[in-house]
This record gives sequence, structure tokens and C-alpha cells, in this order.
Amino acid sequence: MPGAATWSLDESDYKRISAHLNALLKESNARCALLVDRAGQLLANVGEQMAFDPTAFASLTAADFSANDQLAKMIGEPEFASLFHQGEKESMYLADIARRVILVVLFDERTTVGMVRLRVKQTVSDLVTLFDEMFAREAPGAAAPTDRRGLLEGAEDEIDKLFGD
Amino acid sequence: MSMINYASREINCKLVYYGPGLGGKTTNLEHVYQKVAPDTRGKMVSLATETERTLFFDFLPVDLGTIRGFKTRFHLYTVPGQVYYNASRKLILKGVDGVVFVADSQIERTEANIESMQNLYDNMAEYGYDLTKIPFVVQYNKRDLPNAAPVAELQSQLNPGWPVDDPVRQKAAADPWHEGDYLVEEIDGMWIERAPYFESVAITGEGVFDTLRALAKTVLKTLS
Repeated sequence: MPGAATWSLDESDYKRISAHLNALLKESNARCALLVDRAGQLLANVGEQMAFDPTAFASLTAADFSANDQLAKMIGEPEFASLFHQGEKESMYLADIARRVILVVLFDERTTVGMVRLRVKQTVSDLVTLFDEMFAREAPGAAAPTDRRGLLEGAEDEIDKLFGD
Repeated sequence: MSMINYASREINCKLVYYGPGLGGKTTNLEHVYQKVAPDTRGKMVSLATETERTLFFDFLPVDLGTIRGFKTRFHLYTVPGQVYYNASRKLILKGVDGVVFVADSQIERTEANIESMQNLYDNMAEYGYDLTKIPFVVQYNKRDLPNAAPVAELQSQLNPGWPVDDPVRQKAAADPWHEGDYLVEEIDGMWIERAPYFESVAITGEGVFDTLRALAKTVLKTLS
């Protein structure tokens, strides 16, 4: 493999992901749920809209998870499949999905970490199945979505405009 | 690993600035932050020590605008340059779409440059990425300093080229940024390819956008 693989998320994937995340929020009483890929890009964001910058949040989440992965290896664990950060009022629970994506759940005193953890297990299992399907579709040899071709023609002018001295 | 999100109609590309400590990676990002229109950039995140040395990374998202209905965004990252931080440096390369190697032109930094370039190849290889096959540019920074080494010397140390095995690609390709130079050429019967290079003075912004433009265009070409 020359570089990292490109993959895509279509409308129906997004709907199915959102449905799982909304069910999680409803049943655990958490505030919001985000999906972030391991490279730090935000894939989905459901529930209450938070005041922070979601893009910066996503890049820090991926860094947090990657750093903890390395710490796990150092103590002889293959990974930490989930992480919990406790705050005075707001807390977050992070869980790995198929080694490719991270689920982040933000919650406050209206629920408990036990409840969130319990409900996240179900969501992780549902999302692993879903993402396995998506990655299989993008595997080498799989047909690329037709409208990606020629998608970026004309982008050069935009780059010159944005990154002009 | 560019992520094309057909649901939210977004394309995100990850560009990483790599190189030895105190070479000017963060300064490159700061210049971009200051110069692009405020409505096209997001928040710049810096995980640095109290002495402003990068501890983990700097991060700056820049929106290119909408291209064929897709909101296109570049995520610019720097790595910590100091040798000591290799574990965290390697993590930033995960999912990278394009790399800028920021070399420190000062003669005294020759060894640090070479060591960092070797480290880049090693860390990429550990992820199974091949630096010769992904968008990659080299920037020679601090060209204004009196002790800056000649570019030809830096090129031979850091960007000597890699063999071109594919017969289809074995034809001379002029370097569009430097008259008389070639990106692909035959030397002593062997075809070699070099990464495009740029001279810069990141602290004044000279060369910063030339470098970024070249990399960004190559990254988008590989996607289309």
C-alpha cells in the first residue's frame, strides 16, 4: 500500500450511523455523541450542539486515543478499547470502533458512567458491523463510487486563490 | 487517508509538516494562520511546552471552499521535531495524505536534517506508507541566514532522488518551479525522481504558500 486508503461515507451510511447514535443518546440520557476517525476527522455529530469547535475537538480526540494506544502497548495490553475522562460536571467516554473510528459520548450529572458504558457496548457492536461493511466496500478491487471521478477538476484555481501570497 | 463524506458532502485531507526541531514547522503554520482569510480557517490548536516547543502537534484546519459541491478542507499538522518525541511524532503520521519536510538550511543542522529525514522514511514505513508514492515536497527554510548551506548541497543530502522503475514514467520531467532543473531525469543510465523543493524564510512568510500550494494541488490530484 503506497499511502493510506481513501474511503467514503454516503447518505445511507450516515443515516444508519445517526440512528444508532440517537438511540444511544435517548437510552443513556447523554448530551451528545461524536464519531471521529483515527486520523482526526469528524464523521458525525448528533445530539446537543456543543459550544466548542468540533474540528479541533476531533483532532485532539484522535491524538488522545493514539497516545493511550501506545501507553497500552507499553504495559502489555493490545489496546485500551475505551477511555473515560471525568470532569466536575461534564465527562466523556470514548470507545474504539473496529480500530478505525472512535465514538465519543459527552454526558453530565443527568446520567452515570455506568449507564453510558452499558449502553455504549450495544452501539459499539452495531457500529462495528456497519463499518466493516463500509470498509469492505472500499477495499482494493471494490468499485469506486462513480461520481468521485473528476470531482476535483478546477480545484487548482481555488488553491491559488486561498493560498495566494 | 482522505475521507470523502457523501452525506455531509465534505472532503478532508491531512497534510503534515515534518522535520528537525526548531526548523520552522510551527512558523509555517503560524504564517498560514495569519494570512488566510479568517472565515476560511478554524481554530489553531498547539500542544506545546511552556517554552513553546511543540510537544505533540499543532493543528490548523483551512477550508478551500466548495469544489463540485463538496466542501473541501485541509487539516495542517506539525510534528514535534525533537528526537526525544518520536513516539508522539509517529502518531501524527497516521492517515497522512501529503508531507512537507521542513529542513533547516544552516550548515550546523546538516546532521539533524538527515536524521529527521531518515526518521520520516522509517515512521512512514512502519505504517506501510511509501514516501516515494505519496504527495511529498521538501522546503529549505532559513534561506536568509548567512550560514545557510547551498541548495545543491542540501538537495544531494536530503533529496537525492529515488529510482523510477516503471518504464512508462521513465521520461524527463522538468521542475515547473526551477528552470533548468528536473523532477525526473536520467543520470548515469539510471532514471531517478526527486520531490519538488522550495526555498523559504518562514518567519517572513517567503516560500510558505509556494510550498503549501504545490503540496495541496498534488494531494487533490491523487484524489481525483
